[in-house]
Amino acid sequence: MTMNAISRSQIYVLDQDEALDFYVGKLGMELNTDQDLGFMRWLTVNLPGDPEREILLEKPGPPALDPATAEQVRELLTKGALGGYLFMTTDDARKTHEDLVAKGVEITDEPTERPYGIDFGIRDPFGNRIRIGQMFPRG
Amino acid sequence: MSRAVEESNRAMLRARDAMDRAYAHPLDIPALARIAHASEAHFIRTFRATFGETPHRYLQRRRVERAMALLVETERDVTDICYAVGFGSLGTFSRTFRQIVGESPTDFRRRAVPTNVPSCFTKAWTRPSSFG
Repeated sequence: MTMNAISRSQIYVLDQDEALDFYVGKLGMELNTDQDLGFMRWLTVNLPGDPEREILLEKPGPPALDPATAEQVRELLTKGALGGYLFMTTDDARKTHEDLVAKGVEITDEPTERPYGIDFGIRDPFGNRIRIGQMFPRG
Repeated sequence: MSRAVEESNRAMLRARDAMDRAYAHPLDIPALARIAHASEAHFIRTFRATFGETPHRYLQRRRVERAMALLVETERDVTDICYAVGFGSLGTFSRTFRQIVGESPTDFRRRAVPTNVPSCFTKAWTRPSSFG
């Protein structure tokens, strides 16, 4: 295998300004790139100190998707069925959970100890799922 | 029209997330309807149209999925698990479990194998289906 990193991942969002407010303002991620390419707004964020791994916050719509397909994407996203899923790790899951609750983030699963670590679930304003875990050492 | 569907979907999802969080509590349709900004009747109807099953059925599957996990991951006895996931009687639990899973909790425990992947996936994929 010659591939060596997952450098960019993509999720759909319904509103890029609102996405920025959530991912940067509430989750504490950093804005990586916000550029008007003419045909689209290229908007990416990354975890602090990790600019090599970006998440593209893409708005579904024409011309990339025809209007009917974009509407299907939006409907699936808002009912939590589109499949966008981010997994992040933290040094202290319970503290991170407390911070996010204080910021009004929607919690889907309270912090729970699992065989692999302590983790909890949140949802972004659009329906994407995010899992935040304090992982035990593997093996 | 589309925006209205999106807003409705998101509101229903918010209510379903609340059921996921509080699965062991009694089904509280008035509270869920408030979360979804809908009347109780409209909430039940719209939930079913959105997710393909009633809130009651969703909660049953959520509880049974939790029970399945506890049967596999812990040594707790069946009665204890029945109450822990929100059922009010062992009879209802056993009947519902068998109806949904196709075997008794004890038989399920005997043949089940623990997994070690993020629990959100086991939650979604081991939840017995309503859809055949």
